[in-house]
This record gives sequence, C-alpha cells and structure tokens, in this order.
Amino acid sequence: MPQVNSKFVVNHVLRALADPTRRAIFEQLTRQGEQTVHALTRYANVSQPAVSKHLTVLKRAKLVRHRREGRETHYRAQPEALAPMVDWLDQYGAFWRERFDRLESLLQRMEP
Amino acid sequence: MTNQGQCPRSLVIERVFPHPQAKLWRALTESALLAQWMMNNDFEPVAGKKFQFLADPMPNWNGIVDCEVVLVDPIQRLSYNWGTGGPESGLQWVVEFTLTQTMGGTHVRMEQSGFGPDQMAAYSGANYGWQKMLGGLERVLGEAS
Repeated sequence: MPQVNSKFVVNHVLRALADPTRRAIFEQLTRQGEQTVHALTRYANVSQPAVSKHLTVLKRAKLVRHRREGRETHYRAQPEALAPMVDWLDQYGAFWRERFDRLESLLQRMEP
Repeated sequence: MTNQGQCPRSLVIERVFPHPQAKLWRALTESALLAQWMMNNDFEPVAGKKFQFLADPMPNWNGIVDCEVVLVDPIQRLSYNWGTGGPESGLQWVVEFTLTQTMGGTHVRMEQSGFGPDQMAAYSGANYGWQKMLGGLERVLGEAS
C-alpha cells in the first residue's frame, strides 16, 4: 500500500495543472526556458493580472520559480515538482502488480 | 502482462489469468477470498455498500481504505470508490475491474482513476485538457532531463 505522505504536494500539483492556461504557461516555460511575465502574457493571450494569478498558483505548487531583474520578473519551470505525482503512480503500480501476483497464487489454491 | 496507463490521470494494470472468469469473479467478490490477495475487508457485492480494507497502520497512513461499491455487473465488471486519509484531506480514487474471457483464461483489467473533491470540478470541465496535459507529462519530463 503506497504511503500518502506526499498527498498534499500531489494535490497542489494536480490542481495547478488542472487549468488549461496554467498548463500552457508551464509547458511554455519548460520548452522555452526562462520567460518574463510580459512574454508569458503575450503567449497566453490573457490579461497580465490573470497571468500573475496563474503564476502564483504554479509557484505554490513549486512548479515554477521566479527572480526579479529591474522592473521585470522572470519565471522558470521546475519540472522536478512533478516527481511526487510520478512517484505516486509508480507506488500504486507496484502495489497492484504485487496484489495480482497474490491473486494468481490464490487462484491456483482455489477449487476450480 | 502489465501496462501502466498512458496518462497518470489513471493507472491501468492488465493481466491474463489462466482460470475461468467465474472463478476470478469469486476471488474479487467473496470477502474471505478477497482478503487473501487484497486486504482484510467487509466487502459485499452490493452497489452502495460501504466497506473498508484494513491493513497494518504505517507512519503516514492509518491502514484504512474507505470504500463504497459503485457497480456490480456479475462476472464482468466491478467498481468501488477508494479513499485514503479521510474525506477531508485524503485522496479519492475509483477502482474498476473488467473481466473478459480470452483464449487462455480471463483477462483482468484494473483501472484506478483518481480525483480529489477539488480535482473533480477541474476534471469535469476539462476532460480533454487533462488527457492532453497528462499525455504531455512524459514529454515534459523527457525534455527536462
């Protein structure tokens, strides 16, 4: 049985990526590397406050990191934040495979 | 044969067991048999029935899986909700077994799909988006490494 110690992290990541605009922003950052809020606003085709709000959600999920330079804020992706989600799937995958092994040996013991 | 789902929105495990379908169904639905390969339980194959799987508690988990039977379609399909960590903070999944008779025995497909209460709204509004994002996950991870 997988442990769920990372469940809050997973929840944050899932929630952050559930929104298509946020997902697009995250993917753009992954593809293009560091981007300014202005560049992201042009790319996402929504208002700058909306982009900033999306970036805050992504930041909370630790999917992006930012730094300030002059009047511009630069964002970059942190795809390693996806790791808890991938771990969670790996753990459950291992869990079910092990249960299926046990099911197989039970079936051998059972009457036909 | 095992197969991890293409998109992490759900996890799919499949295997062919060289046994008749009715026998597989018994192993999945008779509480005492279920206990031998899954966990101790008070399962009954009745839609709407609430039951629990009980395992040994662990540091981050009380060992309880809270379930509710969703669908019982004898010897073909069985699904139940699967919740860990309580209704408030925990994670909720749906587990569905599909049995199909094949040449060599019975093909069993287990799909575990997971949506927390707040993920549900996002999911229903953005089904396509989810598929896309999770389909793209592998690519994103690949590019990152």
